[in-house]
Amino acid sequence: MPLQEILEKYPKTGDHLIEVLLEYQNTKMNHYLTEEELKQIAKYLNVTESRVSSVVSFYTFFSLEPKGQHVIQICHDVPCYVNDQPSLVKTIKNLLSIDVGQTTEDKLFTLEYTSCLGACDKAPAMRIGEKTFTDLTPNKVKAIISEYRGKRHA
Amino acid sequence: MLEKKLLTKRVGIVNPLSIDDYIKQDGYKQFKKALKMERISIIEEVEKSKLRGRAGAGFPAAIKMMAFAKEEAEHKYMICNADEGEPGNFKDRYLMENDPHSVLEGMLITAYATRATKAYIYIRGEYNKALSIMKWAVDEAKEKGFIGKNILGSDYDFDMEVRSGAGAYVVGEEFALIESIEGKSGRTRVKPPFPTEKGLFGYPTLINNVETFCNYPVIIEIGGKAFAKIGTASSTGTKLISLSGNVNQKGVYEIPFGVTIREVIETLGKGVPENRKIKMIQLGGACGPIIPEYMLDMKIDFDRFEDFESKTGAGAIIVMDERVDVFEVLHRIVNFFGHESCGRCTPCREGHPQLEILVKRFLNHEATSKDLLSLESLARVMHQTSLCGLGQSSPISIISTLGYFRDEYHDRIEFVGKV
Repeated sequence: MPLQEILEKYPKTGDHLIEVLLEYQNTKMNHYLTEEELKQIAKYLNVTESRVSSVVSFYTFFSLEPKGQHVIQICHDVPCYVNDQPSLVKTIKNLLSIDVGQTTEDKLFTLEYTSCLGACDKAPAMRIGEKTFTDLTPNKVKAIISEYRGKRHA
Repeated sequence: MLEKKLLTKRVGIVNPLSIDDYIKQDGYKQFKKALKMERISIIEEVEKSKLRGRAGAGFPAAIKMMAFAKEEAEHKYMICNADEGEPGNFKDRYLMENDPHSVLEGMLITAYATRATKAYIYIRGEYNKALSIMKWAVDEAKEKGFIGKNILGSDYDFDMEVRSGAGAYVVGEEFALIESIEGKSGRTRVKPPFPTEKGLFGYPTLINNVETFCNYPVIIEIGGKAFAKIGTASSTGTKLISLSGNVNQKGVYEIPFGVTIREVIETLGKGVPENRKIKMIQLGGACGPIIPEYMLDMKIDFDRFEDFESKTGAGAIIVMDERVDVFEVLHRIVNFFGHESCGRCTPCREGHPQLEILVKRFLNHEATSKDLLSLESLARVMHQTSLCGLGQSSPISIISTLGYFRDEYHDRIEFVGKV
């Protein structure tokens, strides 16, 4: 959906800034926002560009750099750690040949750490896009990633 | 029976996506009852119940409610804090995903009693499922006339809106949360004035945690006096415990206050896998103290937890078995808080990178005696001088392990002249 269409769903007040940014970034295949877009959002909501920039840099969900089509976020906190999270990280790094914080050459996957996903009852957990995967094992992770590889059209 | 299901009685029974199902199971009955009560007597029942906030700090609910009720203003806002970002906590997600209308009913009772005009439910962005369930529930409640103008034929108007977070732990802090709803970076403000006087958009604002709100229908149903008989003298009612880590049956358990930590781990959690020994547990989440196995007979109780100079009332228990390295855990915790620090106050902003350097030296067996002294004093300074709960509580894991696991620190020190 073009940015203007999303903007027009919201009242022109600054308190909707985060919602607009979230909704628009979600529509983009590479999950990032450009400076031009931030300017357009600032103008519509009648807030300063510096405020938009401050919000985008404050919240971890927003990015100014393009990411892979599928962003894999592995929970990095203690409840997952004590449930064998390090072996998952190793598996994914090997599988994708990238380090945490990097994107695969084909721009299909980005690997990141995330703060607790609140799925500690089914640890270890990770998230790809809006979907949370739980009770993970290295084999389960391999299967999930190959499934996402299959979805590469779009 | 260790468990006592008051807040979670409908979990697994009610269809979270059906308001009709909730109503069939006596849902919204307590809100209807409250609508016929005098506003002040609702607050009096809460006072008699001795309910304390369930987000962690354990502040008496009636005091906050009364302060907010007294405020006269054109807009009076309520916020349901569902920014459950504390690692190891998932009980609010459990309530929202499994019985969303009980959260709304608790909010409605509170709103009516205090004449609130609008509420925001702020849910962390990581909780996609809870976000969509709560949005659905609010829409259903609006259609049925529980939210909106002239609610159920009364002269009371009240609106509600669900907002999503965007990945920031510090936004769980009340003023940071207010800033975030206003569409700004989540940096806290200096108190006073407190939110009940001057909060969201400059208007009086009452902020409660999800679980706190869920207690209100119970109080209206059984009465404040009966509620106060559950639990212990200082902590009444039940507590939802998020049990995680090295334990067989991880999950959310509702228990009356006064049950011991050991009972929760061994009886409800069915112990540690492969019968390994428990080395330590962390109470409350990443911001809580790490205590050794011999303290597990401690009762779950706000006052008992406060002995640790920490706000661990959120009810998480993270079990760690004998294989886990204290410093590996501390390193993750420090790293987490360093990342989540908003950068507004100096002790927190500048302290975390230094803590990380020091903890890493212990992790890599490269520490000196001087590092131990620096770590100890820095942790205390940050605990005492940071502006908000984040920087105040982040060093608690270090301070507590310096007490209970001091030998492990000494074992990692490279003594000069050591052969």
